Amino acid sequence: MDSTSSNSNTSTHDIIDLCLLAGKIMLQSGAETYRVEDTMSRMAASLGFPGAHSYVTPTVIMFTTSRTEPVKLFRIAERTTDLQKVSEVNDISRRLSERQITANEARERLGVVDDAAHAYPAWVQIAAAALTGACFTVMFKGSLWDALPALFVSGLGFAAATYLHRLVQIRFFAEFTASFLIGLLAFFSVRLGVGQEMDKIIIGSVMPLVPGLLITNAVRDLMAGHLVSGLSKGADAFLTAFAIGTGIGLVLSFF
Amino acid sequence: MILQLITSFIAAATFCILFNAPVRALVQCGFAGMVGWMLYLQLDAKWDTIVATFAATVVVGVISQLFARSFKMPVIIFSIGGIIPLVPGGLAYDAMRKFVENDNNLAIQFAVQALLLSGAIATGLVFSEVLGQMFRRKNGRST
Repeated sequence: MDSTSSNSNTSTHDIIDLCLLAGKIMLQSGAETYRVEDTMSRMAASLGFPGAHSYVTPTVIMFTTSRTEPVKLFRIAERTTDLQKVSEVNDISRRLSERQITANEARERLGVVDDAAHAYPAWVQIAAAALTGACFTVMFKGSLWDALPALFVSGLGFAAATYLHRLVQIRFFAEFTASFLIGLLAFFSVRLGVGQEMDKIIIGSVMPLVPGLLITNAVRDLMAGHLVSGLSKGADAFLTAFAIGTGIGLVLSFF
Repeated sequence: MILQLITSFIAAATFCILFNAPVRALVQCGFAGMVGWMLYLQLDAKWDTIVATFAATVVVGVISQLFARSFKMPVIIFSIGGIIPLVPGGLAYDAMRKFVENDNNLAIQFAVQALLLSGAIATGLVFSEVLGQMFRRKNGRST
């Protein structure tokens, strides 16, 4: 294997681990399947393994460099959307391909990216969710009087979803309870005369929770030929929508 | 109208905060979302919703590519901000709510509509990517 001579200081296993780490960060941060596969095989190719193969689904990455090496597998349990990390891993892989940095530097930088926390503190996120809810209420042709309760309802709903998710590891439960809370708050705000149309307040307030992006990514994966990823992302999105629908439906069935 | 402009800008930018987009990309995200939403509103009044969504997504995709080139960040950061207002999250939720309320016919209608809309968005993104690739054959890597 003379093609590896340029990286004689790093062993094959290290390179596989490096590619897997990059793939893991990207997949956990919500990158599309094809982007993960593309990045991993580009990194492998630039490190001297042009024939690397990977198989990526939302829950697992399988990666092999050649016929003689065993396939390595990485399990992904938790997925969020973190554009910053996707962008940084993208950048590292591009620099690696252009030989601006070495494999060791890439590993160090990937480690930093992997450990990095969300760039915005929790209160900024909650404030952002609140603003999103209020703006979507207006965009869906709600009045400005509905936007005011939507501001509080969506902020509280998002905060509830975040903290419940930290408390119990079941996402369905967190989303269900948060949307139940949103429904209740919207109902009481209308009852107290703060808002006018309960429907508009609810639909704006659940927007930070609904899986719209996940649905789009699922269809995109399907069109790119990643059938397993597409279907499982679709199922994921369906479950989330189901949790929200059930939470709101429960409130509506009471009143 | 101006209210819609402002709210769609803020909504797209704040949604990008939830998705942890870099601070220096937020204004561009908001702008992409605003353009997409305004175009969607204008077209939706005349044509079919699916056509309007598709056209708006293509424009958002092209804008995102331009932003990505001039600000040296991956396309996905801007395109997500741009398509957030178009994404049928509200419809998906509506469909689920109708299912829960036992109104299955309406629920399936909403669900199919949501699926078609996300198909239109996905097609629009792919289409704008193809357009972008045709304009820059030399540079090879699409970010």
